[in-house]
Amino acid sequence: MSEIKRFLLKRLLALIPVLLGVSVVTFALINLTPGDPAEIAIRASGVQPTSEAVEAMRQKLGLEGPVYRQYIRWLWKVIHLDLGQSFNSGLPVAQELLLRFPATLRLALCALAFTAVIALPLGIFAAIYPGSPIDHISRVCALLGSSMPGFWLGLLLIYALAVRLKLFPVVGMGGIKHLVLPAFTLGFGLAAPYIRLLKTSMLEVLQKDFINTARAKGLRERLVIARHALKNALLPAVTLLGMNFGGLLSGSFIVETIFSWPGIGKYAVDAIFLKDYTVIQGYVLLMAVIFVLVNLLVDLCYVFLDPRIRLS
Amino acid sequence: MAKKFFRQKQAVAGLVVILAFFAASLLAPYIAPADPLKVDLEHKLMPPSSAHPLGTDQLGRCILSRLLYGTRTSLLDAVLVLGMILAISIPIGTIAGYVGGRVDNWIMRIIDILLAFPSMILALAITGLMGPGLIHMLLALAAVWWISFARIIRGMVLQIKEKDFTLAAKACGDSHLKVVFRHILLNAVSPILVLATLEIGSIILAISGLSFLGLGAQPPTPEWGAMLSDSKPYIETAPHLMLFPGLTIMLAVMAFNFVGEGLQKAISSPGTGGQGKQEGGGLRAKRPLLKISFFKIGEEKKT
Repeated sequence: MSEIKRFLLKRLLALIPVLLGVSVVTFALINLTPGDPAEIAIRASGVQPTSEAVEAMRQKLGLEGPVYRQYIRWLWKVIHLDLGQSFNSGLPVAQELLLRFPATLRLALCALAFTAVIALPLGIFAAIYPGSPIDHISRVCALLGSSMPGFWLGLLLIYALAVRLKLFPVVGMGGIKHLVLPAFTLGFGLAAPYIRLLKTSMLEVLQKDFINTARAKGLRERLVIARHALKNALLPAVTLLGMNFGGLLSGSFIVETIFSWPGIGKYAVDAIFLKDYTVIQGYVLLMAVIFVLVNLLVDLCYVFLDPRIRLS
Repeated sequence: MAKKFFRQKQAVAGLVVILAFFAASLLAPYIAPADPLKVDLEHKLMPPSSAHPLGTDQLGRCILSRLLYGTRTSLLDAVLVLGMILAISIPIGTIAGYVGGRVDNWIMRIIDILLAFPSMILALAITGLMGPGLIHMLLALAAVWWISFARIIRGMVLQIKEKDFTLAAKACGDSHLKVVFRHILLNAVSPILVLATLEIGSIILAISGLSFLGLGAQPPTPEWGAMLSDSKPYIETAPHLMLFPGLTIMLAVMAFNFVGEGLQKAISSPGTGGQGKQEGGGLRAKRPLLKISFFKIGEEKKT
């Protein structure tokens, strides 16, 4: 257990420079704006900027003084969960993001559930029955999932299932029915690499000696697959989950926009067109922190799932 | 290698499609049935006909012509982004891998920090902060995509650096520049080519995705993603508006994936073309593994 604690401590300490680096990059992003952010902020609120107003806004945004002081001030605020105020609504960005976060989380979790429902059976059965119809279906799904633009799939689903068959609502958030199309759109694209990976790792595991041993001792095939093969074949998928979580977050802003899903992705895209730079900055920071933490979680899961890593 | 590549039907089909797309981008003014920007409100939202084989859009513009001209924006810009990515990532990855020590350590720490951002979200933010527009979007994509490339190329350089022929060249007194260019980069060309071909599909998807959101090509420039975005309000009355641009994007991405996988197989399998199939259940099944192994070369997984 002490080994795990040491590993955990090491990983948590390694997070500090990464998070500091993330904060520096996020802070620096505001310099990409064409022109003075303070002036843009005033214009965004519909007021003609005067030099006094710009100066006051610069102070409010913490943009006066040397850059390193601006950064320290900004970081101090961020540590206290103050991401500034939205140029448009005037409300705290952190509050606006947290308000919309549950909707994005719900969408992401349901998308992951769809990914598992699609990828697990297709990947596993394609490996157990190579050349069978399910193997062909898994190939087609993997091919479509990796080549099909998610936003096009979303539009096709809206057309077929919402407009024509009227099985689901077209856009918006409400009950479970509202969730199905956006979650499937997001989940289907993610499933492609899992189908391939599960099939490959399953094929590899099925050739291992311990599988032969399990079969030789007379264990039923179902138990060989479920208890011995699947457990080992799932390990690489856990790593991929961490790597793909970024894809899930990235995909969510397009899917949320198509389906008018009131999550943080849509909020950020809307903020771009409103030139609400503090919102964009806050969004990037939040996404990066979530991505880093999920990867840490995945690494920890890996340590618990694979004793070989613990021993080494 | 060429023989092995051309033995694979899928890869050859992909190559033919890619060549057809590039030919379309060059020959668009000669083969397009109409001017892609010409507005003709009398014939708006028309279904496919002999005059307009794929129908017309909400402004009466010929969809086929717009798709053909869109090849220039969507496809050639993807190549441009790829060029920018390689121009940044090859020197950085090579320096990190070859020089090693503190230089490598610093570069990798910076890369680790940048990899902590989901790439598309960073691209979205950069484009958003710079202001929507095609050039800004392309710069943003190059600015986020080089990071993973540099990491992978560093891994390749680290591996090749330890090979006997590199050590022999060093022992013979070859200069560092000669070792890097003649031995290391020359041997990294093939895997970089595979990587680039596999990634170009994703770049096309990213360009069309950001354009779909209105952050890339601005109207009236014909671009596949933007065309899909324009089709949204007419999904019920004119579904052909969203059908053809989507199919075109999918075809292009699929073609690049096929060629990338074909190249990968031609390079990696020393035996016959069927080897990969027996081991990994098909080429496509091998792709993520290749990516993961690239990521893992000499480096722990990103934080």
